[in-house]
Amino acid sequence: MDNVVDLTDRVGTTICPLESILMDTGVGALVDGQPVAVFRLSPAVDGGEEELYAIDGIDPFTRVPVLSRGIIGSDGDQPIVASPLYKQRFNLVNGQCLDDDTVQLKTYDTAVVNGMVIVGPTSQA
Amino acid sequence: MDKPSLVIIGNGMVGQRFVDEVVKRGLEGSWNIFVIGEERQPAYDRVALSSWFDDQDDNALSLVEQQFVEEGPVEYRLGTRVDVIDRKNQTVLLDDGSTLAYDHLVLATGSYPFVPPVPGKDLPGVFVYRTLDDLANIASWVEEQDCKSGVIIGGGLLGLEAANALRNMNVAANVVEMAPRLMPQQLEDGGSEMLSRWIDELGVAQYCGVMTEEITGDAQGVTGLRFAESEKLAEMDGIEDNQLGTDIVIFSAGIRASDSLGRDAELEIGERGGVVTDTQLVTSDPNISAIGEVACVNNMVYGLVGPGYDMAKVVAERLAGSAIEDGFAGGDLSAKLKLLGVEVASFGDNQGNDTTTDIVFVDPVKKVHRRLVLDENSQIVGGTLVGDTSGYDLLVAMARGQMATPEEPQSLVLPDYVGAGSASDMELPDTAQICSCNDVSKGDLKEAVANGCHTVGALKSETLCGTSCGGCVPAMEDLLKVELANAGIDVKADICEHFAYSRQQLFDLVRFHGHTSWSDVVAAHGSGRGCIICRPAVASILASLSNGYVLDESQAGLQDTNDRSLANMQRNGTYSVIPRVPGGEITPDQLIELGQIAKDFDLYTKITGGQRIDLFGAQLSELPAIWQRVLDAGLESGHAYGKALRTVKSCVGSTWCRYGVQDSVTMAINVELRYRGLRSPHKLKSAVSGCTRECAEAQSKDFGIIATETGWNLYVGGNGGRQPRHADLIATDLDDETLIRTIDRFLMFYIRTADKLQRTSVWLESLDGGIEYLKEVIFEDSLGICDELDADMAKHVDTYKCEWQETLESPERLSQFVEFVNAPEETSTPVWIRERGQKAPAPAETEELVIIGGP
Ligand code: SRM
Ligand SMILES: Cc1cc2nc3c(=O)[nH]c(=O)nc-3n(C[C@H](O)[C@H](O)[C@H](O)COP(=O)(O)OP(=O)(O)OC[C@H]3O[C@@H](n4cnc5c(N)ncnc54)[C@H](O)[C@@H]3O)c2cc1C
Ligand code: SF4
Ligand code: FES
Repeated sequence: MDNVVDLTDRVGTTICPLESILMDTGVGALVDGQPVAVFRLSPAVDGGEEELYAIDGIDPFTRVPVLSRGIIGSDGDQPIVASPLYKQRFNLVNGQCLDDDTVQLKTYDTAVVNGMVIVGPTSQA
Repeated sequence: MDKPSLVIIGNGMVGQRFVDEVVKRGLEGSWNIFVIGEERQPAYDRVALSSWFDDQDDNALSLVEQQFVEEGPVEYRLGTRVDVIDRKNQTVLLDDGSTLAYDHLVLATGSYPFVPPVPGKDLPGVFVYRTLDDLANIASWVEEQDCKSGVIIGGGLLGLEAANALRNMNVAANVVEMAPRLMPQQLEDGGSEMLSRWIDELGVAQYCGVMTEEITGDAQGVTGLRFAESEKLAEMDGIEDNQLGTDIVIFSAGIRASDSLGRDAELEIGERGGVVTDTQLVTSDPNISAIGEVACVNNMVYGLVGPGYDMAKVVAERLAGSAIEDGFAGGDLSAKLKLLGVEVASFGDNQGNDTTTDIVFVDPVKKVHRRLVLDENSQIVGGTLVGDTSGYDLLVAMARGQMATPEEPQSLVLPDYVGAGSASDMELPDTAQICSCNDVSKGDLKEAVANGCHTVGALKSETLCGTSCGGCVPAMEDLLKVELANAGIDVKADICEHFAYSRQQLFDLVRFHGHTSWSDVVAAHGSGRGCIICRPAVASILASLSNGYVLDESQAGLQDTNDRSLANMQRNGTYSVIPRVPGGEITPDQLIELGQIAKDFDLYTKITGGQRIDLFGAQLSELPAIWQRVLDAGLESGHAYGKALRTVKSCVGSTWCRYGVQDSVTMAINVELRYRGLRSPHKLKSAVSGCTRECAEAQSKDFGIIATETGWNLYVGGNGGRQPRHADLIATDLDDETLIRTIDRFLMFYIRTADKLQRTSVWLESLDGGIEYLKEVIFEDSLGICDELDADMAKHVDTYKCEWQETLESPERLSQFVEFVNAPEETSTPVWIRERGQKAPAPAETEELVIIGGP
């Protein structure tokens, strides 16, 4: 994993086995009672490793918790997800909305421990 | 009422153009303007008259907005004839008895079809081919009398067009021409012979060089033609005792200027008819002008719309006080046509004389005959092209003297496919005319492109190029491509930044390499991780080709919102469930069970616009349980979520309806079951009507089927939605088997070649050659791919599975239908209100998220 942080000594929420997230899709999860969207991305075409991201699960434009069901993709080098409702795009690394400068989502640290996906507290970044 | 009166007699193509030119110059401010038209309909596109048979819709051809006619600045009196012009009192007398004073009068009465004085010409079943009413009368005669064969008298342009119209109504067409060959005005012997070979092949019988002596028949209608005895007749098929049997006769023996008003008012009349004018189109009475086919300028009467449009402009300029100095400069009679699918063109001085020489190219295999006429200085002055009209625009420009003929004109006679040096390698000068109907030059088009017209549609509305006969549209498209490329404007059809291919190219690549997953496709042909455009596009291509389960590991991440959950997401994140109801037929038990399911899960229930039932408000996690119940009731996925076949609407048809002529319900069910689950570039809709009353609205569908006494008519390329379009008739009276095979090929060809999210209507309009091209591909296998198309469809039909069935059979797949993987029993729930006894999402402002424990 390219982008995962060591969460072992911080408190994270265990989500599910890594395999149960189909490649290039997301799943919804509850972290501290809040909907979170967790995405598993295949290695980029030009090499590298699988990537794992977690962002706020609620679509900020409609207040509906469906972001985990969006389509992932890339814009230049940035990995992104598009809301399934009205297709606004969000950067998975920093939660920034590409279609509205004023909107940024919370992001969460992720890790895989013993094959289990763990989503940590809100990213420090 | 102190403004002077401008009265226009005739609301045909040129009369209407004159109105447009006058209004464009704001002349309604200084004149009271009246238009008197004998036909019931406001001006329509007579050039495209034959296309009326496609959909029998008068309005489709209209050249003027109904609102303009009713409320515009010009007063229209339609269905009204001018009987007399009283020049002394400057009034016209109308057939409703009223009179109208004029200060200036414009004659735009056009022409009428010439009917030679043959005995029997007034029998029922004898027609001419000029107006919408003529065509309507022909169509009803053919239907009422169930005509099997017909005769067209006259083998010119219009005669062949009429022959084609009969053929399309499944009436065997026979063309009878007095001259020894077809199109005697436009073609010389060699070209005419080649045309005749083409026509033979289309099954239209030709009888040239024969004289019709009598049309036989009785009060019930025509029965045949009797010819003057001649040796030729003995050699002709189908003739017995000098007679040819027929159920209908259409005269197309030339036109005559409608100049009787002028004659009666003693205006000067040309030798061969037409009201004589000077080059400002003023007649022998300075208060009267004549334009269009009724005018005789410089001893010429012009039977084409282009010169008429020029005349309209000259008169409008003159009335606006800024007369064009040289007035009407004369038009030429160049014309390029596609007759019965055969390309034919003639231009400039195509007959030649003592001082001219001809260069001829003949290819008997491809049935091409091209002839150029050169003057003594080896300059091209005219020519005729049959079977291949490549280079036409350049050749016309040379014949008009707009560009010089090159040193070695020989190579110009070669068609494109022969290659090197042929005309299309050269560049047209800016002065060259591209659209002869509307006098638009290459320079005009270039200017419009530079001013921001970047589509054919924009160019059309800016310059009027291509808005009349449409013959210049291909040239306009070519020019647009070149200009955009020169200006550095991107005309790539790339799907998106991740794939430098059009959807069609990508489809071919995937098909050729046999890719079955996104990762293969993107690794081989793309870049990055894709996006919401290319991922679903690739998913659709993979699904069209393999018919596999769309939520498999390799494809799940490609699916658009709705496909991802095999249900349509609603604005509050819940889903709708639409089972397939093939042809709209459903049993009472199934209805009851759907009602029970809706009650048990508290789902909002609505009848859709597509003859089925929609259950709204299901949670993601409820979908499997709901669908299990739906499948148990004997229903299956309706693919309302996919770019796939949606509904095949039906009317009740012959089983119950007193008018029905075929069993439209059974056909609709068969069609729906055959194509269910077929993934395509955009959604597909269909309908089957049991008779021409068309209760199923088949002509608004991607493919629509209408029953006839003997089979089915098939329409393609229609849709409702944002930009409604009526479907085009592609074939008539098909038997069941041919109907299905035709639809198979149509759908597969569309799936292969359409752009992403392009519906059949837009795709059809973007096809070079349009519906005629499509017919060649489907019926004549012009691309040699029909076997592949048939095989691809057979594979689809054989491997179809209900996606919900597949989902419910696999626990792994079911695990996708939870909202929170780490808390499967929890769901978020939107705020509901109750409305008219059912639940509904609360209005957006009041929405607020609650997470609750599951059941
Ligand atoms: C349910 C229904 C309205 C209803 O309550 O009656 C409906 C609902 C939707 N239509 Fe429709 N259309 C429905 C019949 C129609 C019809 C009428 C018909 O089919 O006879 C039309 C016009 C006919 C046509 O398509 O040519 C129609 C033209 C559209 C369009 C515009 C398409 C176009 O080419 O312009 C869209 C947008 C699109 O597809 O891009 C659309 C898209 C949609 C979507 C899928 C929008 C979306 O993504 O949420 C709606 C979701 C349906 C759902 O959640 O279940 N719907 N829609 C109808 C379902 C019919 C069915 O049984 O499957
Ligand atoms: C089937 C067909 C195909 C054709 N194809 C082509 C083509 O490809 N290219 C081309 O350039 N041209 C083509 N033409 C010719 C073209 O349609 C004519 O050149 C054009 O319509 C002439 O326009 P106009 O206004 O002069 O006459 P019209 O369009 O004939 O209009 C004259 C109008 O005046 C009305 N009228 C006559 N007398 C009176 C009266 N006394 N009172 C009131 N109203 C009256 C008539 O009813 C008619 O509506 C085609 C024609 C036909 C029939
Ligand atoms: S289209 Fe014809 S057969 Fe069908 S319901 Fe209407 S009238 Fe009856
Ligand atoms: S040449 Fe007829 S529309 Fe352009």
